Amino acid sequence: MSARKINLTVNGEAVEAEVEARLNLADFLRQAIGLTGTHVGCEHGVCGACTVIVDGRPARACLMLAVQADGAKVETVESLGTPESLSELQQAFRDRHALQCGFCTPGMLMTIEALLRVEGSPTREEIRDVLSGNLCRCTGYQAIVDAALDAAEARRGTR
Amino acid sequence: MKAPPFTYHDPRSRDDLIGLLAELENAKLLAGGQSLVPMLNFRVVAPDHLIDINRIPDLAGIRLSANAVVLGAMTRQWDLQASADLAATAPIIREALAHVGHFQTRSRGTIGGSCCHLDPAAELPALCALFDAEFDVAGPNGARIVKVGDWFKGYLESALEEREYLQSIRLRRWPAGHGYGFSEYARRRGDFAIAGAGALLEFAEDARIRRAAIVVFGVEPGPVRLVEVEQILVGQTFSEAVLAEAAAQASALDAMADVHVSAAYRRHLAGVVTRRALTEAARPARQAV
Amino acid sequence: MSTRYFGAAVPRLEDPRLLTGRGTYVDDIVLPGMLHAVFLRSSVAHGRIRSLDPSAALSMPGIRAVYAMADFVSFGSGPMPTMAPHPLLKSPITCSPLAVDEVRYVGEAIAMVLADSRAEAEDALAAIELDIEHLPVVANARQGIADGAPRAHSGRDSNVIATLRGSHGNVDAVFAAAAHRFSETFEIHRGGCHAMECRGVVAAPEPRSGELSLWTSSQSPYMVRRHLATYLGRDEADIRVTAPDVGGGFGPKANVYPEEFAVALAALACGHPVKWIEDRQEHFLATTQQRDQFWSLEVACDAAGRMLGVRGRCIHDNGAYAPYGLILPATALASFPGPYALAAFDLSIDVVLTNLVPTTPVRGAGRPNAAFVLERLADTIARRLNLPREEVRRRSFVRAEQMPYVTGGKMRDGSPVAYDSGDYAKALSLVVDKIDAAGFEERRAEAATRGRLLGLGFASCVEDTGLGPFEGASVRVTPAGKVVVATGAASQGQGHATTLAQIAADALGVDLSQVTVKAADSRIFPLGISTIASRVAVTAGSSVEIAARKVRDKAIKVAAHILEAGEHDLEIENGQVRVVGVPDMNVPLSTIARVLSGSAGVPIPAGVEPDLAATGYFEANQLAFAYGSQACEVEIDPETGDTRITRYVVAHDCGRLINPLIVDGQIRGGVVHGIGNALFEHMRHDEAGQPLTATYADYLLPGAAEMPDIEIHHIETPSPRNPIGAKGAGEGGTIPAVACVISAIQDALGPAAPFITMHPVSPEQIVEWIDQTRK
Ligand code: FES
Ligand code: FES
Repeated sequence: MSARKINLTVNGEAVEAEVEARLNLADFLRQAIGLTGTHVGCEHGVCGACTVIVDGRPARACLMLAVQADGAKVETVESLGTPESLSELQQAFRDRHALQCGFCTPGMLMTIEALLRVEGSPTREEIRDVLSGNLCRCTGYQAIVDAALDAAEARRGTR
Repeated sequence: MKAPPFTYHDPRSRDDLIGLLAELENAKLLAGGQSLVPMLNFRVVAPDHLIDINRIPDLAGIRLSANAVVLGAMTRQWDLQASADLAATAPIIREALAHVGHFQTRSRGTIGGSCCHLDPAAELPALCALFDAEFDVAGPNGARIVKVGDWFKGYLESALEEREYLQSIRLRRWPAGHGYGFSEYARRRGDFAIAGAGALLEFAEDARIRRAAIVVFGVEPGPVRLVEVEQILVGQTFSEAVLAEAAAQASALDAMADVHVSAAYRRHLAGVVTRRALTEAARPARQAV
Repeated sequence: MSTRYFGAAVPRLEDPRLLTGRGTYVDDIVLPGMLHAVFLRSSVAHGRIRSLDPSAALSMPGIRAVYAMADFVSFGSGPMPTMAPHPLLKSPITCSPLAVDEVRYVGEAIAMVLADSRAEAEDALAAIELDIEHLPVVANARQGIADGAPRAHSGRDSNVIATLRGSHGNVDAVFAAAAHRFSETFEIHRGGCHAMECRGVVAAPEPRSGELSLWTSSQSPYMVRRHLATYLGRDEADIRVTAPDVGGGFGPKANVYPEEFAVALAALACGHPVKWIEDRQEHFLATTQQRDQFWSLEVACDAAGRMLGVRGRCIHDNGAYAPYGLILPATALASFPGPYALAAFDLSIDVVLTNLVPTTPVRGAGRPNAAFVLERLADTIARRLNLPREEVRRRSFVRAEQMPYVTGGKMRDGSPVAYDSGDYAKALSLVVDKIDAAGFEERRAEAATRGRLLGLGFASCVEDTGLGPFEGASVRVTPAGKVVVATGAASQGQGHATTLAQIAADALGVDLSQVTVKAADSRIFPLGISTIASRVAVTAGSSVEIAARKVRDKAIKVAAHILEAGEHDLEIENGQVRVVGVPDMNVPLSTIARVLSGSAGVPIPAGVEPDLAATGYFEANQLAFAYGSQACEVEIDPETGDTRITRYVVAHDCGRLINPLIVDGQIRGGVVHGIGNALFEHMRHDEAGQPLTATYADYLLPGAAEMPDIEIHHIETPSPRNPIGAKGAGEGGTIPAVACVISAIQDALGPAAPFITMHPVSPEQIVEWIDQTRK
């Protein structure tokens, strides 16, 4: 079994850790450094609950090994806002009731965050297309689409 | 669903990679990981060694020459989709990529990974078939070129030998202004297609077809070129009869059945998507690219 | 008292935490010395365990123990208790926490491995030597009920464990006198449920006190505590059960599961905290499923198409055990006659054991099945008599002026069903109107020019909500003036922390931000039933109202004393009790709370008990009946069979809405769940009982790109049966949705197509029907 030392940036902070090769990035974030905001819903790359942003792009943390994140810049839901000061996207989720149990929510947020960085004015259809990579059993998706549109608008306004 | 233990290697050069391939037993190559890692997590594969080729610097990239487009094996689907050059040269690729997995998987998934894993319903190997690709592979015993016709060996099986890796894929360029059409049917966005088809058409001045390529995927274990139809098409003008012939041939493929659909439905769909892809490819608006 | 929050679309109080990754789900709990458990599960649907040898596994790295049931004898043994005993079940039909001799479905737990990490525990699974003798398999209920069928339990002499019957009126006479009788058979497919969070349990023995703490991803933490206490021969007081943040429930998490007991037993046996987090593969195998029923029905109607009676029989697949007793088939039966005023009905349900994972309630709990067959029967009448589908329903519905309406049916406890309030025809007219049924043919013609088939569908339902016996809540004002609500009702995302706070804030005249709700922790509140059956808003909501009013009365009494004013001259507002019209004469709730918290030697006002707090229990002796209608349009690609829902309209009456934002969320999620059942979700097994679609690539959950936007209209008829006028809202979206979608598909395929009697409907099936129609 191989263990390795890795150095990466998580939410802007340098992290150094020794990890077993088979440990995936989701488990690393949750177990090794205690960032339990990233959730694990299927471990086979379909549900999207584990979605984080790696070097600016959305990625399934369950399909990446922690060792592969050596040198990478990883962003998780914990980077977005705080309970006292939600990000625009988080605030839009709250206003639209785009979360119920909250389990899919971190993955949804990181997916939409990644989308809004590359596409500032997505259409309803584009958002639904992108959200096809994130499953939610609670909301029926509509409120999430609404929230993404609101957040896009809010961001455009503040830019 | 935790991966079984393995020893991890991340070579930094092609030479290091070849050294590892020569030396290690029961090793697997890790590209984008969007198929291999789920298989590890389900423990349907359990390699002793995992060779991560993500850190070899020159395995990714898109290069255009007069006759060809060369895609590094580790080029991410995301980058293929974003490439303006590629969109201008082979617009069908961008169109097809919208059906490859999801926004969140195209960021890591690679064309080489897709072509070596060879899911029957995968779009990228089908495009390779459409563009008469050549696969540039290398290993301890040297490099070789595999023609597309030899690449698809069977269900989830490519011509890549045990100790080889895929370096790049060379697609034959089609002239500017060629017609293209892509159609697939999947239950949900991003799902593997039950059946899909891609078509390229080049027209002569007199509106006769000069050259045609049609691929059907998801139907047989590997993508299938409808060579006979392509030959019939050449020299003809586009017509309903031509479409009907193409659809009939696609519907005569030796379709797979699985837990979800019967072979008969797959054959039927093969005809439908072939007809749709060709119709798109023949649309004049499509040819002015 | 002014109503500021009740009825308002206030954003949820739980959101800031959940949106920032600060939730605490079971898998987020880490305890010192904690070991990780995995289960060795049966790979055959029916077999006898010949031997189990863990020795090779025990020597692997990180492995601390391998347990079989025999290793737990000093703590507990025998089969699991039944959640809901039923007189027809002589003895419980449940499995042991770990299988002892026979295994009866693929995925049944046989042994468990404890290790330092989950990965190491999984490594060891393959090293356990297990020898199982294969036994004949019952792979579906119709096979199970046939003559000469193998037995799902080798010791039982029949696979039929009970036959439930529900009847009213003289059905034979009604059928004999009816102008028309039509019969149909219906096949409703089993599906999974799939909360996005799988199940999970952490059990921790406290070495000093001997107490056992359990965190479980459960809808019924108090049931877990009660049954576990009995099983372990302990007092409830020595077991603490908490449901932390739970990532969706929808029914299956209401069961008390073998794994919950096994993890507790393992923790006691090894003396360490033990964590088990179900992975998705296990979820496919071992979390209960639902909906598999086969109905043969006959409907009678008069010449005008008015439905008069229904009779027939159902074969219900209960899976390998009956962990939830007969609650699921009984609920399906109790859902008749739906919104229809029937002169008579006579129905029976054979409850059959099979060698598949057990079935228990999933969102709707048998009601979607009943709605599906009733709505299809209404459509049959319309089709055969060439009447508009809406018209058949209007003629057959219970009318508003008949309320309260005694249906002749019986509830699960045998009490008569009486619908409390509502106007069923109005809900239907609303969706017919809002979806613009009048303009539909024009839209259909337009779609035809694009080569598409458009169809319009309707469905309605009535839903019993607010199931008894009770939930409870305590409301306490702290000396800082904050309000703390505690309840036993667990939340899996329904927003109780907000709705219950809204009720308390109104009763106590405080700002919503001053209220905190704590739930589902047996140390914080002593009793709880379950978050099931769309019951929490009614039961816990009413309990909070009762408790908060008691607190309010108490505060006014003390304030009257302090202000030397008459109680009738006082009002409660802005966190103060004040004299009406003289706002300067006031006393803050915090002061009252401090007075009632007591200081040494200082007496508190006479006639008032210490602590500005009270507990309330709402006993739901009568159900509140929600109802609604749905309409949708589907667009079919006749070449591929692809079916898209292009429009969806819901009219729903769940009484007084506490928070419309939350209610709409429940309805939308519910409808999408129903669309999944109608079009996508197919849990296939082969004839050996092996699951064939046990990944998310094979089992298709509804995805964002395929789901429609859903338009919702509320009708608010307050329920007279509880103090807040609420009816449940958690399942009403799901119940008629399948029927609605299927009705639309039928309409799209046209009158010549076969009558649709099953779901889910695949594109392949649709192409086949279109082919048949054209022939
Ligand atoms: S946990 Fe990674 S996609 Fe589901
Ligand atoms: S909010 Fe529960 S799964 Fe999306």
